Amino acid sequence: MSLDKATVAKVANLARIKVEEKDLDHLAAELNNILGWVEQLGEVDTDNVEPMTSVADMQLRWRKDEITDGGYADDVIANAPGREDGFFAVPKVIE
Amino acid sequence: MGMIVQGATGDWEVVIGLEIHAQVTSKAKLFSGASAEFGAVPNSQVSFVDAAMPGMLPVINEMAVEQAVRTGLGLNAQINKFSVFDRKNYFYADLPQGYQISQFLQPIVGEGKITIDLKGGESCEIGITRLHLEQDAGKSQHDQHPSKTFVDLNRSGVALMEIVSEPDMRSPEEAAAYVKKIRSIVRYLGTCDGNMEEGSMRADVNVSVRKPGDELGTRCEMKNINSLRFIQQAIIYEANRQVDIIEAGGTVAQETRLYDPVKGETRSMRSKEEAHDYRYFPDPDLLPLQFDDEFIENIRATLPELPDDKKARFVNELGLSDYDAGVLVTEREVADYFEAVATGRDAKLAANWVIGELFGNLNRTGKNLADSPVSANALGELIDLITDGTISNRIAKEVFEEMFDSGGAAADIVEEKGLKQVSDTGAIEAAIDAVIAANPDKVEEYRGGKDKLFGFFMGQVMKATQGKANPGVVTEILKPKLDV
Amino acid sequence: MTDLTKLTISAALDGMAAGDFSARELTAAHITAMEAANVLNAFITKTPEIAVEAATASDSRRAKGETRKIDGIPLAIKDLFCTKDVLTTAASHILDGFVPKYESTVSSNLWASGAVMLGKTNLDEFAMGSSNETSYYGEVINPWRREGSDSPLVPGGSSGGSASAVASFSAMAAIGTDTGGSIRQPASFTGIVGMKPTYGRCSRWGVVAFASSLDQAGPMTRTVRDAAIMLEAMAGFDPKDSTSVDMPVPDFEAALSGDIRGLKVGIPAEYRLDGMSPEVQALWDQGIDWMKAAGAEIIDISLPHTKYALPAYYIIAPAEASSNLARYDGVRFGLRVEGDDLDDMYARTRAEGFGAEVQRRLLIGTYALSAGYYDAYYLKAQKVRSRIADDFKQAYQKVDVILTPTAPSPAFGFGEKGDDPLAMYLNDVFTGPASLAGLPGISVPAGLSSDGLPLGLQLLGKPFDEETVFRAAGVLENAAAFTATPNDWWRG
Repeated sequence: MSLDKATVAKVANLARIKVEEKDLDHLAAELNNILGWVEQLGEVDTDNVEPMTSVADMQLRWRKDEITDGGYADDVIANAPGREDGFFAVPKVIE
Repeated sequence: MGMIVQGATGDWEVVIGLEIHAQVTSKAKLFSGASAEFGAVPNSQVSFVDAAMPGMLPVINEMAVEQAVRTGLGLNAQINKFSVFDRKNYFYADLPQGYQISQFLQPIVGEGKITIDLKGGESCEIGITRLHLEQDAGKSQHDQHPSKTFVDLNRSGVALMEIVSEPDMRSPEEAAAYVKKIRSIVRYLGTCDGNMEEGSMRADVNVSVRKPGDELGTRCEMKNINSLRFIQQAIIYEANRQVDIIEAGGTVAQETRLYDPVKGETRSMRSKEEAHDYRYFPDPDLLPLQFDDEFIENIRATLPELPDDKKARFVNELGLSDYDAGVLVTEREVADYFEAVATGRDAKLAANWVIGELFGNLNRTGKNLADSPVSANALGELIDLITDGTISNRIAKEVFEEMFDSGGAAADIVEEKGLKQVSDTGAIEAAIDAVIAANPDKVEEYRGGKDKLFGFFMGQVMKATQGKANPGVVTEILKPKLDV
Repeated sequence: MTDLTKLTISAALDGMAAGDFSARELTAAHITAMEAANVLNAFITKTPEIAVEAATASDSRRAKGETRKIDGIPLAIKDLFCTKDVLTTAASHILDGFVPKYESTVSSNLWASGAVMLGKTNLDEFAMGSSNETSYYGEVINPWRREGSDSPLVPGGSSGGSASAVASFSAMAAIGTDTGGSIRQPASFTGIVGMKPTYGRCSRWGVVAFASSLDQAGPMTRTVRDAAIMLEAMAGFDPKDSTSVDMPVPDFEAALSGDIRGLKVGIPAEYRLDGMSPEVQALWDQGIDWMKAAGAEIIDISLPHTKYALPAYYIIAPAEASSNLARYDGVRFGLRVEGDDLDDMYARTRAEGFGAEVQRRLLIGTYALSAGYYDAYYLKAQKVRSRIADDFKQAYQKVDVILTPTAPSPAFGFGEKGDDPLAMYLNDVFTGPASLAGLPGISVPAGLSSDGLPLGLQLLGKPFDEETVFRAAGVLENAAAFTATPNDWWRG
């Protein structure tokens, strides 16, 4: 498998990272270099091997249904670069 | 009865599947301790977890797990003791994490089925594909500012159950009946309040068309519709749109569409959909969700009687008509009210009063059952007065109106207004004699064979006694006097 | 008066207990040292006022007889831990101006134990790197230099600022995070002790996430005993982290019995790499001899999938990162670069806010999870990870700990690894496998390279058996008797 420029552009769009057209070739080469190295994973026999789902050998813990958090709107928006009337503000989205 | 679109090339069948998003009834959110309540000041019910602040981590609310299992049992579905939370990755202003925690390959509830009730007493089975738990997103407001969208994260992280149906529905009516049935079930179970206006229940509607007997056509999905009427309108519009496209030689594109209730049409959201690739993978901040049979059985043991079972019991054991039983079981509160009235009384009479007078007055005044001024107990006492002959059915209706307006008890109103039925034969006989004496011509006609006039005399007697005469006693005395 | 900065934590605690000096004096000495070491660029944010205040509070506790475990010990905190009302950057431009309104569990635990915060240390951006060259706040410089050379060296990474702060005696200890070697490798490069506990031992709550299934906080200290003291203060069950393990925290210091007679020490054949530096090989052999001399039983073991650990790591970690870092979108905190519309704002913010290495990993991670490639990359890597974990499980049926080198080389110079990310990635070759398996590991300074740079040896343990790791590490530390310190050129 090898990434071409178009794929890099598509992936960059998925990741929401603006990449200039002129940088695509270079980036594709870099990523291909890494992916090429990763290809060796294909040598490992993983038939009937379950993927790792949890590192620690334990079960998911459950929290009680109690209100223990929230109620600090000011702190929630304190760091927002755009905020108005207690809301986060972003460029207008047209649906 | 399926919906048929009559196209230029013949009849088309409509195939519908629904994904219902139902907000889990719980105090706190799915993965945070912030309140899940509707409303409130913007961003006031938001924890740092819900706002996806750096380093914040999810911890699951046990109530959400319980409610999902309870709902699964109510849908006669398979409960999966091992399920996995995945991240669904996409960017959007009201999705602070940049992913939604959901369940993709291994949901908590698998296949099930429910029966939906159609017009004319028909019913049919609809398959449930799965139910999974997921986080709700925040809310974007686009109309507050000329160039900005405002985001409120109060809903961000609220627990949702997504209930996915098989493409088993064939008409807008079936789709509506399905949503109604799901709503009825979750409300019975207490797992979702079913409030579509506040958005605690909303549906994504998948529609395709095909020639009867053909393979499934390409479907379009209409997102986030929050009323039964709009669901039906959207299906009708969409089915016709698809038939038009195909018959004009085109092909239907699989896409997400938005239903615009103002224009009554659907339109493409393709621009937004562009290059969506959700990159699902198991959320490494969580472990697989596991529980044992005991957990499931403990929940099963607390399940209430569900609408289908209740309806069957009302028909088989209480002798109600299918229709009346159906009306009474839709809402658990109504069924409970009815049962409280009917216990120890004539069930059919109780049903008539609940469906007739009570519903009529609630409708008239725009009230809910919960706000009814007449309690089940009070209505029962009124019915008792009818049964024991204290008041007539007609007087009872008057008394009920009075109860509904004043909240008073039936016996008090009857006493206060002197509405007690008169069974004193002397007084009744006197009234009858007066009526006969005052209407010699009518007596002549009656005796000449115009039997129908009996009602006239009854009416006159009742009028003379202000309706309080016991109609049985009146008949008993009047008849021999006229028939002489 | 002795130079208070040269003390170990245990000695400093004894000194304060004896009334030889106060927490304020101890902290003041470290603030002076920290300021004098500015050229190392170990700190992104210094918090001397907070430190003095905390030290004063510590002294008054001590006066009232309410002394806590590590009362008055001045520490450096990797700037990946969120600290309430103190700038937290992850060394990234994208977190510009971010001041959390909450405190990470691990740092909270430390403050609850009486510790004093000197400041927030520099790191590779979002902990992605092995040399501290990717920080938006500039490179961190290793206090060590090659013998007879003035050219600066990297401190390793990603916890390079923490390592440099401890090695330069600016802080008594620091906390770091380790995802694929980010505590152990810089510890090795700077001649200090670095401990990565078992995954689940320390809470991840409030730690800026890089790769959730791998990230783990741990101490960086100048002695094994100090590491044990620190870990005990940091660790503990946290109900706010679903991957935190509900287990009591043992008395790690008590585990340092100095006795490893009969301990089974595994030596994995696969860690003998072709072309490995002969000095690293020699040091490893020396370590084996030390353990044997102390009465341990040396057992050759095989960890057959070792060579696949790094490729698996460089799929799994970026994949998780691509999702974890999606929240940096210019909406709720940090940098925002305005754009034509919302998506454009995202794309510009993230292009400007993330550095080249972070972007590279986000792209790799996004690709590895994308439709059509998930099975081939992410799923495959997670299966290989299972096999790697299984290798360890098998090995631990035969041995108690595993001894390996920490890093394939001593510290290198800036830019020495060139443009090739793969050359940099290979720094994690000995540390990555245990990270994938979630196992505890420690790097202990064990010797000097021919040009006078520190080299570490690594001990790996069974899950939640940090005690045995500490015990073995204590013996290794004694045997190595590593006392070298960098000459303090940075004081100018």
